[in-house]
Amino acid sequence: MLGKNLKQLSEALNKKEISSAELTQFYLDRIAKYDGEIRAYNYVNPNVLDQAKAVDAKRAKGEALPAYAGIPMALKDLIIQKDMPATCSSRILEGFVPPFQGTAAGLLEDAGFLCLGKLSMDEFAMGSSNETAYYKQTRNPWDTAKVPGGSSGGSAASVAAGLTTFALGSDTGGSIRQPASLCGIVGMKPTYGRVSRFGLIAFASSLDQIGPMTSSIYDNAAVLSVIGRYDKKDSTCFNTPEADYTKYLTGDVKGMKIGVPKEYFAEGITQEVRDAVNGAIKAYEAMGCEIVEISMPHTEYAVATYYILATAEASSNLGRYDGIRFGYRAEADNLKDMYYKTRSEGFGDEVKRRIMLGTYVLSAGYYDAYYIKAQKVRTLIKQDFVQAFEKVDAIICPTSPTTAFKAGEKMNDPLQMYLSDINTISLNLYGGCGLSMPCGFDKDGMPIGVQLLGKYFDEGRLYNLAYAYEQQAKLPVMPEKLK
Amino acid sequence: MMSYEPVIGLEVHVQMSTDSKIFCTCSNKFGSDPNTNVCPVCLGMPGVLPVLNEKVVDFTVKAGLALNCQIRNKSVFARKNYFYPDLPKAYQISQYELPICEHGHIDIELEDGTTKRIGITRIHIEEDAGKLNHEADASLVDLNRTGTPLMEIVSEPDLRSAEEAKAYLQKLKTILEYVEVSDCNMEEGSMRCDANVSIRPDSNAPFGTRAEIKNVNSFRNVERAIKYEQKRQEKVLKEGGKIVQETRLFNADTGVTASMRGKEDAHDYRYFPDPDLVPVVLENKFIDDIKAWMPELPDAKRERFMKEYALSAIDAEFLVSVKAYAEYFESAVKAHNNPKGICNWIMGELMRRLNEKQCAINEAGIAPENLAEVVKLIDEGKISGNIAKQVFDESAETGRKPANIVAEKGLVQNSNEDELEAIVKQVLEANPAEAERYKNGEQKLQGFFMGQIMKASKGKANPGVVAPLLKKLTS
Repeated sequence: MLGKNLKQLSEALNKKEISSAELTQFYLDRIAKYDGEIRAYNYVNPNVLDQAKAVDAKRAKGEALPAYAGIPMALKDLIIQKDMPATCSSRILEGFVPPFQGTAAGLLEDAGFLCLGKLSMDEFAMGSSNETAYYKQTRNPWDTAKVPGGSSGGSAASVAAGLTTFALGSDTGGSIRQPASLCGIVGMKPTYGRVSRFGLIAFASSLDQIGPMTSSIYDNAAVLSVIGRYDKKDSTCFNTPEADYTKYLTGDVKGMKIGVPKEYFAEGITQEVRDAVNGAIKAYEAMGCEIVEISMPHTEYAVATYYILATAEASSNLGRYDGIRFGYRAEADNLKDMYYKTRSEGFGDEVKRRIMLGTYVLSAGYYDAYYIKAQKVRTLIKQDFVQAFEKVDAIICPTSPTTAFKAGEKMNDPLQMYLSDINTISLNLYGGCGLSMPCGFDKDGMPIGVQLLGKYFDEGRLYNLAYAYEQQAKLPVMPEKLK
Repeated sequence: MMSYEPVIGLEVHVQMSTDSKIFCTCSNKFGSDPNTNVCPVCLGMPGVLPVLNEKVVDFTVKAGLALNCQIRNKSVFARKNYFYPDLPKAYQISQYELPICEHGHIDIELEDGTTKRIGITRIHIEEDAGKLNHEADASLVDLNRTGTPLMEIVSEPDLRSAEEAKAYLQKLKTILEYVEVSDCNMEEGSMRCDANVSIRPDSNAPFGTRAEIKNVNSFRNVERAIKYEQKRQEKVLKEGGKIVQETRLFNADTGVTASMRGKEDAHDYRYFPDPDLVPVVLENKFIDDIKAWMPELPDAKRERFMKEYALSAIDAEFLVSVKAYAEYFESAVKAHNNPKGICNWIMGELMRRLNEKQCAINEAGIAPENLAEVVKLIDEGKISGNIAKQVFDESAETGRKPANIVAEKGLVQNSNEDELEAIVKQVLEANPAEAERYKNGEQKLQGFFMGQIMKASKGKANPGVVAPLLKKLTS
């Protein structure tokens, strides 16, 4: 069953070659077998097998079923699935079970998908290695001594290890693309406003976006076709026509212009990563694409800009975790102490660091120097992209400067950790779409990812570009030992 | 002795009477059981997002136009961050740098009959917080009110006395009721007021340091709180002290303001634009459509009442002070064209009844047509003023037509000279001593005799006929 895409799985189910219960049991068995080491799942849905059997019963009766009826998938643990815990891998959300359905999970449910469970992540999506998770520090399926990246590390690892068909992640500064790169899978951050954020527990509202993490371009396009819908519950969701992105996958990319920004090949990018990405660029050239060197002059300010704006928003978004209404509450004699203790004990160090940073940049006397200045630089970074896309159809660059690193290696050096996202952050500030896919392996056999960046609502074109490369490169998306 | 001039600016929070809350579809009803008008959005659960209720914009633009404001084509929501158990998200969605309405004014009428223009700095939209109910051993959180749409109306520091502040508030309430955006009930908290008060030696001196007085919940208390604060500040200065910038809480039981927090403890709210909401962009057509909808406002109505109905300024002012009074008046005048008479009856008997019953004008039981009929019966000489009050009360209690009550109970006024002369004679004979004194010029006894005659006639004697008869028979 591994290696089948969603279309093939759907056909197999419809032809009754397999049942939904068998397919679900297959993944449950794999979770039981491998997740002790991978540590991807925060929560496994105890009812999923019954749900699968119910779909089988309907299918047996010949009832009309949605396209993906009975196919299991999994969600990053900040995406709300009604009646399942949503922890954001944080102690502060201990015991919180949302009584409402999130839009993305609801759309998947409407399309017939079953939810296997909730996947570990860096606490509140703050981190690049999944090591800030309170419950489970997920490991990389290609080498479990190494991190899977983050913050959607559980999502990336579960897909790479074959513990789900696909997963949803979220990307605020690279949190889909960087772990996709480190785990050798496909991850798309859609255009800001493409997927509803209703039901996405916020980190930084102006940057957050839900996206699919899959083992193939086809699956990624198919999943985005399901979740990329207008939703009036999210004021920042764009009302664009519904689209089937799999229709874009022709593989014909002749004549497309691809920009290579020199700033994305800066110091810190390892030689192996450079070589692999250059290999992909050559492949595109060979397929008839025009490769154009471009410049994005404000790239060097992206990390600083991001860590001001994202933390400012986060400091406000995370205020609601106060122990009053839900989640963890520390015992104390009075209100003030309860606030202090709850938040001190409930949040981990990285989250606290970012809340403090964000509180600082919004404080009276510092607001103009930091927050307003950062907003201005954000505009300049956007302009870099707008100008680049006047010349080219897409941008190509490495996703992550390095391949997966050893667990513990960067935990005591936040700045080093923040640089893991140096090539992914700018896109969130701009708001366009971006995808990471495998383009090779380093000498230790760890995956290397290449990133394609596109303009607003240009996911179709990116998918086709990626598809053309995928069909030709035919790289393994899963470690041999886990097959 | 040196006297000081107070400088006052008011910040008024008005709950809008929309059907649903500002960012979710929960009911905006007052007085439900605790935590019943709530949903994941107004509870601030993780993963939810606000969506602006368009009616809130509509209502605020109505208020803005009624208060002569400029309406911004683009305004922005901001987050005001602070922790409190009644604030589920730990931030209040408000407007900060770009409020929806700015640069307005209203004219208030002063005691000496002149009017004074009070500037309105801005009106912005925000959400209300919940409520804490403090019990003996715990504080309970009720989040029904969370997300109730508010407009905050900020005045310029143009007010110079507690009386002016009260007049401003009353005028504001009147106007907002006219445009139907709030019931402005201070006791129920749908209109709340904070007062910024400072004093200065004379009207040319620069503004003094101000104190912000919070928790003032009635028109009377606004006056009391400001007067107290004015005296307190005068005392501090006269004793050689300095006024400190602070927030003070008014205690309605003691009439005293007490320091709540000083400048150094002032919150840093860390305002920034709310990334979950897009800017409110208003087309000119939207604003023009609301302009076209606007009803006649109190000032214009007062002018018209004075002109069209020949009413005094005081009468007209009274009638327009509540939209329902003005509407009642015009309906009654349509039924019987005696504006002054009808106005007197509204101000007199009808108001007495409203006070007695503690009810609104439409709940008093007397339709405008019936009140008009009472006045008509007087004007036609059919009933006396005293009988009229009796008829009015009965009509209000039963809802029956005044003319029917009069006919059925035989209350028609007696204007028959012969019958009345007999009664006058009878009264004079029964009170010979008083009659003698009256004849000798003790004019004040006229009231006594009129009273006795009315009593003898069971209230039906027409005073207009009795008065000359009394004169004739005693001269």
